[in-house]
Amino acid sequence: MTTETSDQAELASAIEEALESDEKKPEKMVLIAASGDLDKAWPVMILATTGAAYGMDVTVFFTFWGLGILKKPDAGLTGEDWRQKMLSAFAKGSPEKLGLSKLNFAGMGPSMMKGLADKYNVAPVQELMEVAQDMGVKLWPCQMTMDLMGITRDDMIDGLDEPAGAGSAISLMKEASISLFI
Amino acid sequence: MADITVDARNLQCPMPVLKMAKAMKDAAAGQTVELIATDRGALSDIPAWVNDMGHSLKEQFEEDSELHFVLEKA
Repeated sequence: MTTETSDQAELASAIEEALESDEKKPEKMVLIAASGDLDKAWPVMILATTGAAYGMDVTVFFTFWGLGILKKPDAGLTGEDWRQKMLSAFAKGSPEKLGLSKLNFAGMGPSMMKGLADKYNVAPVQELMEVAQDMGVKLWPCQMTMDLMGITRDDMIDGLDEPAGAGSAISLMKEASISLFI
Repeated sequence: MADITVDARNLQCPMPVLKMAKAMKDAAAGQTVELIATDRGALSDIPAWVNDMGHSLKEQFEEDSELHFVLEKA
């Protein structure tokens, strides 16, 4: 009888502990940044930082043109293959050099948009990236597209997480309460 | 008078929420934080955030087109 009671007490405390740790576990948010357009990179970083402000565990997975958001401003031509070099010449990357998906007009569109953002005190993508890193948002470059496009870790900003693949993204999204492809 | 004041005037979305979140994180339980913002979006964003995070909105008013939110940390 005594043993049974202590067993029950043990079980009850184990359940309580499990519930507590479950409560403390932050919700997850996953954003897939697949576009190198300024008007996509902006909402990605706005949502990532705001998710972190909600106490969420936020991961942004950068793939295809989205990798450009992570490029250093002075990355220059990247890759070995002439096709990779050509791609990097047309899509320079780094938040400062992103174009607009519409009304780009060879860079006039983004420059007007940035001028407006400055006038109306909208934080630029670059600043939001820094805030995101300060808030512990994880920035994951996609390994396969890095290889495909000839982009190495040296071409990208510091403080990124280890490059990962679709499997890591799916594992994370399965547990996430918010997953968006932008 | 709140224990901590956060000036988010002239800052646009998402900065008022980010600044608020940082200040609330640094505050001790029971302390009050006053946010001053001019972004009209804060009118819905701040109460939504406070509600989700389980803190309480003690006071909210507008003065000279500036929005004031007084929050208490849970």
